[in-house]
Amino acid sequence: MPTLTINGRSLSVDAANDTPLLWAIREQLQMTGTKFGCGAGLCGACTVHVNGEAVRSCQTMVGDVAGKKITTIEGLSAKGDHPLQKAWIAEQVPQCGYCQSGQIMQAASLLSKNPNPTKEEVVAHMDGNLCRCMTYSRIQKAIMRAASEMRTASATSNERRPT
Amino acid sequence: MNEHVKNVTPETTDLSRRSFLVGTAATGLVLGYAGVPGIEQAAAAAPANFEPSVWYAISPDGLVTVTCGKADMGQHIASTMAQIVCEELGAKWSDMRVQLASNDPKFNDPVLGAQITGGSWSTMMNFEAMSRAGAAGRIALTEAAAAAMGLPPYFKDQLVVRDSIVSHPKSKKQMSFAEIVRSGKATKTFTPDELKAIKLKTPDQYTMIGVSVPQLDIPSKTNGTAKYGIDVMLPGMAYGKVVTPPVRFGATVKSVDDSDAKKVPGFMKAVILDDKTGTTSGWVVAVANTYANARKAADALKIAYDGGPNAKLSSQSLLDEAKRLQKLEDSGQFFVKDGDPNAAFGSAAKVVEAEYTTSINIHAPLEPMNATAEFKGDILHIYSGNQFATRSGAIAAGAAGIDPKFVVMHQHWLGGGFGRRLDADMMIPAVQAAKAVGKPVKVIYSRENDMTMDFSRPLTYQKVKAGVDGDGKLVALSHDVVSAWPTARWGIPDFLTPSVDKKGPLDSFTVNGADFFYTVPNHYVRAIKNELAHNATPSGQLRSVAPGWTFWAVESMIDEIAAATGKDPAQFRISLLDGAGKNDGGAQRLRNTLLAAMGLSGYGTRPLPKGEGMGVACVSSQERATASWTACVAHVAVAPSGAVTVKKLTVATDVGTQVHPDNIRAQVEGAALWGLSLAMYEKATLKDGGIEQTNFDSYTPLRMSQMPEVAVAVIANGEKATGVGEPAVTVVAPAIGNAIFNASGARVRALPITAEAVKASMKA
Repeated sequence: MPTLTINGRSLSVDAANDTPLLWAIREQLQMTGTKFGCGAGLCGACTVHVNGEAVRSCQTMVGDVAGKKITTIEGLSAKGDHPLQKAWIAEQVPQCGYCQSGQIMQAASLLSKNPNPTKEEVVAHMDGNLCRCMTYSRIQKAIMRAASEMRTASATSNERRPT
Repeated sequence: MNEHVKNVTPETTDLSRRSFLVGTAATGLVLGYAGVPGIEQAAAAAPANFEPSVWYAISPDGLVTVTCGKADMGQHIASTMAQIVCEELGAKWSDMRVQLASNDPKFNDPVLGAQITGGSWSTMMNFEAMSRAGAAGRIALTEAAAAAMGLPPYFKDQLVVRDSIVSHPKSKKQMSFAEIVRSGKATKTFTPDELKAIKLKTPDQYTMIGVSVPQLDIPSKTNGTAKYGIDVMLPGMAYGKVVTPPVRFGATVKSVDDSDAKKVPGFMKAVILDDKTGTTSGWVVAVANTYANARKAADALKIAYDGGPNAKLSSQSLLDEAKRLQKLEDSGQFFVKDGDPNAAFGSAAKVVEAEYTTSINIHAPLEPMNATAEFKGDILHIYSGNQFATRSGAIAAGAAGIDPKFVVMHQHWLGGGFGRRLDADMMIPAVQAAKAVGKPVKVIYSRENDMTMDFSRPLTYQKVKAGVDGDGKLVALSHDVVSAWPTARWGIPDFLTPSVDKKGPLDSFTVNGADFFYTVPNHYVRAIKNELAHNATPSGQLRSVAPGWTFWAVESMIDEIAAATGKDPAQFRISLLDGAGKNDGGAQRLRNTLLAAMGLSGYGTRPLPKGEGMGVACVSSQERATASWTACVAHVAVAPSGAVTVKKLTVATDVGTQVHPDNIRAQVEGAALWGLSLAMYEKATLKDGGIEQTNFDSYTPLRMSQMPEVAVAVIANGEKATGVGEPAVTVVAPAIGNAIFNASGARVRALPITAEAVKASMKA
């Protein structure tokens, strides 16, 4: 029985090693924020982080991630208050909302490495995530808003640092 | 087929048959329309254990929970219903909550008489009922507060209701809604006449309508907690994966060999569907303890099929059949028959003729089709996100072989609807698998099942012929529309429309929009059912339905006529929107909307670089009687290769009254991008009876990198609120086609538009 480290907890799942991580997360662990969209890595709805990298959990097998640090939308922040989540609410991004967990996780992996992305970098990073409601312009705005807030917060905390 | 379906009767609001009750229940103050004796039987009697029917309830802690009878697929309709109630009730927005209705007929749409969500109907058809429900609650609470404060009843006009508080400024007394509910004094009952007599607020008194309040569902859609049908978890539940045949419809299962599937751990059973509702054909569902195992087992099944009568058909054969039918004099039925176009063509100075086509299109909501079925005692519980609970419950009952009154539908958020979830095919494998294994079963389609078994937007063929007199005036237009008939497939006579030539009912959801607001004295529209396509590619209602193809033809043809007579296409439209006769009112609103789009886009104000152009289109989507007036100016660049870049879409829409301005912008932008996606990027094809596109590598909706600039102008002129989910879908393709012509001289008449077609037309 493989053990997965998800959202800071160590959980054993009753699933064969060749089970897609997506289904272990959704069914065995009953964390349903990660969504099934295409089963082929074409839509991004199932995006989670493995060791900080955005991956498609429908294409990632349970056996390949044992011992690695997995983060889902439920674990992105303690109270749903990651700057991206706050920006998603401020910009009123979601329509049906089904793709948005994946969008937020994909965007979070961008901002963790690039706190000041250009619009082109955002598009290049996000183009694998389909939104059938076509909320793309609000997704872009929310990413820019979150990036700006994160830079401000970082600058503020730097200022406060004793010299 | 059964009582539920028979009772789907679009009817006007009949408040006289209902009374409005306000009273205190154990849990709080409940407000809603309750049936008067006799209505229960008339409206497909509800099972004894259905929930009580209410539009909203106020709990002793002051929270106001609105029950939304409409499917929420991202249009935030639940939040909109709460907003309309909140306006008249006088509650604080942060006290508002929403829940989704079951299929209890008491939650039926007050105008449509059924639970069905589509047509951009919800806001316009529920605005008054929700307003009156809210106002009745405010009156009841106010009178109760007056009594509790010890004020004489005639003092009630001095009370102020705001932010969930009833206050009496003179005496400085006040009570919160929570305190009033706890006092138990709110017991007023409204007769239908009293309800009708309530004076609603005038727009100048609005404090909520017209305000972009935070949508109530959005926070849950940023943290993974929003529950969609696919997220349902029941104790002891099994999982089903459907195996669908290579032929879209008409195949049958000859044999199933499950010997390899039996080697898959957790495999339970392969169930061959026995679908007496005629919704599916040749489906098998593999049931296992997990979805991963169900998929493995499904892949391991060896199934032999008889391909059936449609196994050799292709998109080309459906198109050939459409052309054959159109040429027949006696095909189809008339939807519009004004004057005599054929006579007018004879005396016309110029006749313009063209054929327009659209391809098969797939809904592809991002949440694949799914349903969970659970038998508990006599009751079949269905957990899903569905747009047509009234019919879908009946289909589920049909699959189970029980009376529809024993089906309870548990509604969830929809991970995209777009019309796909009007259908109930997903209920059938869930029900029959649950019956076969004696456990609750959640069936989830693979994306491949979802794509190849879509109730698609049908392939359409349209022939339009126009006659212009010596003064360049459009005097005649005949328009034939050949397609599968999506709404006829439902088998509900009330959704069909009598033909004007009295040749029996026609499916107006194939021709809506062709009855435009231009003044054309001689005008025919003929609806022709393509029976071959109807059987081979069972079609559905895809966001905007008929106006998605009728306006492609009409608005392209209007442009072609303008070009043939040397007129500016926008000015030509304005001249046709003269508001004569039956077009009075609508035509002027559409003209104003077109002018707004022209103004916002800078149409005609400056020369464009070589290879660029602007095109216009304006539409009265969805239906003539329920139009939101919408216009688009598309700005494109066309390369010598024929490649088209859409640089900007400017969309203006007249919605009468704005409930939530930000949401209208979100819906119009999303709809416009849908229009672009259908115009440029989405194409499905039939080969050997099967849909060839199976996933998002071959069926390719618009992605972020393909998004142009979109500008939206919303006109709120104080008329009644109209719908916004769909109209902007329909206006974009013709605007782009017309812009391509303006930029390059190439006329495209087939959707989706390809570089090859543009280049071929440039040479011609």
